[in-house]
Amino acid sequence: MTTAPAGSNAATALAGSGEAAVVDVRGATRTFGPTVALDDVSLTVEAGQLVGLLGPNGAGKTTLLSLLSGLRRPDSGTVRIFGGDPRDPASRASLGTTPQETGLPDPLRVGEVVDLVSRHFPDPMPAGELLERFGLGDLVRRQTGSLSGGQKRRLAVALALVGRPRLVLLDEPTTGLDVEARHELWTALRSFHSEGATILVTSHYLEEIEALAERVVVVGQGRVLADDSLTNVLATVARRKVLVRLPDLATAQAVSAALPAVSEPVAEGDRLAFLAADADGLVRHLVRSDVAFSDLEVRGASLEEAFITLTKESR
Amino acid sequence: MTTTTPAPAALGRRRLSRDLRLTFAHFRAQIIEVVRTPVAVIGNLLFPSIALLFFVVPQQAVAGDPVLATAATAQLSAFAIASTCMFTFGLGVAEDRDKPFAPFLRTLPVGVVPPLAGRVLNGILWSFIALVPLALVGGLLTEATLSWGRLGPSLAAVVGIATPFTLLGLAIGYSMSAKAAIAVVQVTLFPLAFAGGMFMPPEIFPRWLDAISRFTPTRGARELFVSATTGAPLEPVFVAVLVGWAVVFAALTALAYRRDEGRNYR
Repeated sequence: MTTAPAGSNAATALAGSGEAAVVDVRGATRTFGPTVALDDVSLTVEAGQLVGLLGPNGAGKTTLLSLLSGLRRPDSGTVRIFGGDPRDPASRASLGTTPQETGLPDPLRVGEVVDLVSRHFPDPMPAGELLERFGLGDLVRRQTGSLSGGQKRRLAVALALVGRPRLVLLDEPTTGLDVEARHELWTALRSFHSEGATILVTSHYLEEIEALAERVVVVGQGRVLADDSLTNVLATVARRKVLVRLPDLATAQAVSAALPAVSEPVAEGDRLAFLAADADGLVRHLVRSDVAFSDLEVRGASLEEAFITLTKESR
Repeated sequence: MTTTTPAPAALGRRRLSRDLRLTFAHFRAQIIEVVRTPVAVIGNLLFPSIALLFFVVPQQAVAGDPVLATAATAQLSAFAIASTCMFTFGLGVAEDRDKPFAPFLRTLPVGVVPPLAGRVLNGILWSFIALVPLALVGGLLTEATLSWGRLGPSLAAVVGIATPFTLLGLAIGYSMSAKAAIAVVQVTLFPLAFAGGMFMPPEIFPRWLDAISRFTPTRGARELFVSATTGAPLEPVFVAVLVGWAVVFAALTALAYRRDEGRNYR
């Protein structure tokens, strides 16, 4: 298994039914001044998939979602949902999104916000049913400004589902929620997905992606770094960090050059750190080549650290 | 979307009724937001009545003459409408765009017209409210009068003035940040109001100023409202100028709305 950017897209090879893909992004590039937020990104999502978009902050996840929801247009490339341009309101008839952060109009009551949103859809979920589903049934008369952070977050996700969408875009849906609330929300999303909706969820928590997604797209520095099944991506992203004291930097560089899938050494305290897919192999190599090493330590690498290596490898 | 394909006419009708429903939904939500945090509009509501109280009421020559007093109240009323619409919507929209709910609303399956039409209806509603204190001050403390026969034309004139100025406010609000919008609204509104004869009657303008004045939307608004309330004849050119500006402002608003990509995203 190698890190395969875009193009070789095993999970989506089964298209061909003649119907347009739910999400079809081709060569989308978007810059903000000098910042390249998205760099030639292609992504296809077929009906019924639950796709996790994983990547560090600033990777381009939110920009990608803003293209799919019609808020922005790409500088180049094409973006289609249900075969249409998301800038055209008719294309968004089956789209559900959440407000960013917990941005709700404070003076409006919960019931009024749900009512305003649901009027945009031909066959909305009844407000009572929707709010019950998210444990907000008692709060219909409350102004949204008086809700707790968790309640706002749940209402935000509920708003994405009001119109019974066939495509749901969720941007960091559980940020700021406690563990229990997070699990409740995941359950609600899984049940909505089982009714046939396609869901695209961004997160920088591996745990969240593990709990929800079947297919994972890893984004970093505006590019697709990996696009595969959850299991395969987990194997790619799972890195060990090896900390060790070595005689000199040249020795260290020779070590990383000799082994595949071992990062360049980085100084950390008075030791050097390697990120390795196979930490055992690295240690065996050190012993076999009789390098005078000391203070060896092996530990799991964080997701952020794993992203950095993925980003470098894909160059 | 649906399995059967209705005739284009029926489809058009259905779209129209949907757009009207959505216009009303946005209108209603916008009213509730303002009504529950009314501080924002009160300052704008009071300024024109204070101006009337300080500058017109003490001048017996004007305040004591029914025609002059009515005209003076009417031109400040036209200013009240323009100011309410431009401040409330120019700034209101720019501030709303800083909040995450605005981009969310834009992801709903709705075009340009319903949310903007909802704002214009709001501008009209708030203009009526802004006229209440002016009508009270003018009616009770001066000789200004409004006959029953002039009521209908006056109400219609409010709609005719509120619409272009709300659109101007929206064009500004959708084009820039809240900080820039407040400056631009002030720099636009006050010179326009002066040049349009909303503070001093255009009869005392030098010829060159009157020539410029005739092409401003504020002059059109002033003449329309003075004529509607006093029954004085209205030169058709002023209506044409006002309608022309309304079209220009509507186009600018639609353009700014389409180009707007929110500012909260990265």
